Amino acid sequence: MSILLFAESQQGKLKKGSAELCSYGFALAQQQNTSLTIVTINCEETDQLAQYGASKLINLNVNVGYFEAYAYASALSEITKTEKSEIIVISSSADAKYMGGILAGKLQAGYVTNVVELPSKSEPLTVKRSVFSNKAFANTTLEGAANIIGLANNVHEETIQSASTVVQQQDAQTQIKCTQTSIEQSQGKATIADADVVVSGGRGLKGPENWGLIEDLADVLGAATACSKPVSDMGWRPHSEHVGQTGKPVATNLYIAVGISGAIQHLAGVNASKIKVVINTDPEAPFFKAADYGIVGDAFEVLPKLIEKLKART
Amino acid sequence: MKILVCISCVPDTTSKINFKDNDRVFDEQGIQFVINPNDEFGLTRAIWFKEKIGATVDVLHVGEASADPTLRKALAIGADKAIRIDTPATDAFVVSDQISNYIQTNPYELIIAGRESIDYNGSMVPGMVAAKCDLAFVNTCVRLEIEGSTASATREMDGGMEVLRVKLPLIIGSQKGLVEETDLRIPNMRGIMQARQKPLAVVPATESSSKTAINSFEKPAPKEAVKMVPADDIGQLIDLLQNEAKVL
Repeated sequence: MSILLFAESQQGKLKKGSAELCSYGFALAQQQNTSLTIVTINCEETDQLAQYGASKLINLNVNVGYFEAYAYASALSEITKTEKSEIIVISSSADAKYMGGILAGKLQAGYVTNVVELPSKSEPLTVKRSVFSNKAFANTTLEGAANIIGLANNVHEETIQSASTVVQQQDAQTQIKCTQTSIEQSQGKATIADADVVVSGGRGLKGPENWGLIEDLADVLGAATACSKPVSDMGWRPHSEHVGQTGKPVATNLYIAVGISGAIQHLAGVNASKIKVVINTDPEAPFFKAADYGIVGDAFEVLPKLIEKLKART
Repeated sequence: MKILVCISCVPDTTSKINFKDNDRVFDEQGIQFVINPNDEFGLTRAIWFKEKIGATVDVLHVGEASADPTLRKALAIGADKAIRIDTPATDAFVVSDQISNYIQTNPYELIIAGRESIDYNGSMVPGMVAAKCDLAFVNTCVRLEIEGSTASATREMDGGMEVLRVKLPLIIGSQKGLVEETDLRIPNMRGIMQARQKPLAVVPATESSSKTAINSFEKPAPKEAVKMVPADDIGQLIDLLQNEAKVL
């Protein structure tokens, strides 16, 4: 029995969430009194994972130049069997959620997503996961011969260990089902999935021409930009920026909502964020009840001042 | 083309969530159940295919008779036939087993399932079906074009999009973007009348057992009251974020 953890990379570079995921993996291995094997695929920075207390660190070389969910799931399924791992840990990224179901199907494994803590019990393995769009948690037992834990974003402290693990390279045979014909990836910009700060705008911004304010605030904070559902429905911003129950989930350290009233569906999508700041002209906006800090004021007056003060700080 | 849309019935997005029996069971009292929004985007795209290029659209639900009105709604907005596999949907493993067994004896060129249900947020079923039936799979699909036996599907990733070319049969995880919110259909009287005549087949479940079980639910701890900062004192907000919340 061991724990197998998949740390993701993109074009050879480790993804930002890997540190948190590996820290969780080590804590889980300690708790379950077993060892941790970290696996990467086509990663050129695997050595950066040497400090997370794994007893093995394996990079699989797969003959596909892009993330192909079926190929990755097949490779991980094979190594889970050769390593005789009984718990597999993956992240909550779009790629991990794409691949996780395939992996669970292949391994006939138990699988839960959006897990927010270390297991509360080992026999049977019991985890707490977020359900009903963060309105509740479900304590869930995993009863497969092998079980997959999908860790929610931004729920575990990063820790490093003193010992260092040596990287092994292995080739993996696999098949593909989907051929990538094109890809558009935002370069050098924070994404909603991995940004520490997200700045989000709603109808209170009055029109797409005013989004410069949201972008300026995001720039000075190194933040990703997002928007409410009405804003994407009206075509002011692309769907990919819509956060909320039917849009993207946000679990960031700081979420700044400007001109968003805070419909229940919006709150469901963002309330996994640690600190929420709400700026709205309407003191009765429901979002204030869910916020940590609030300013009643006009975005067109508050944002320029906020941007100026933040710039002065850096 | 034969299309199957897998449908989950979920509490309406405005629902207050409560539990009963010592927090072991979700309290359905006063809850309005609807087609899972991510499934509805997929269903609407399926009906578009039916009208534009010709297709039959079946909808399938794994669960109990309480879902029948929701399946009738799917028929009223344009699906041809509904199938309900009669077993409690205890976990994603059971649901994906039931769907997989059904499509292995009743093949479809395109299978659509929402990228996640908005109740348990699992995001697990379409991938599990893909693995069990050895199907091509594109998750978080925001655009889908089909020509002959080939599909071009756009997947939304974290911070980008990719276009994938796949051979049918294909299963996609549907979401908003596949159609617009304004494309969603409200059943009209004619559709509702027609739906009464359309078949709703209740089929027995195949052998399958769950691999996960929910022991209890809990709600998040109540939040502390919001701290209001005067609009003319932005410095105070920055100070609080820096020194109290420690997020800057």
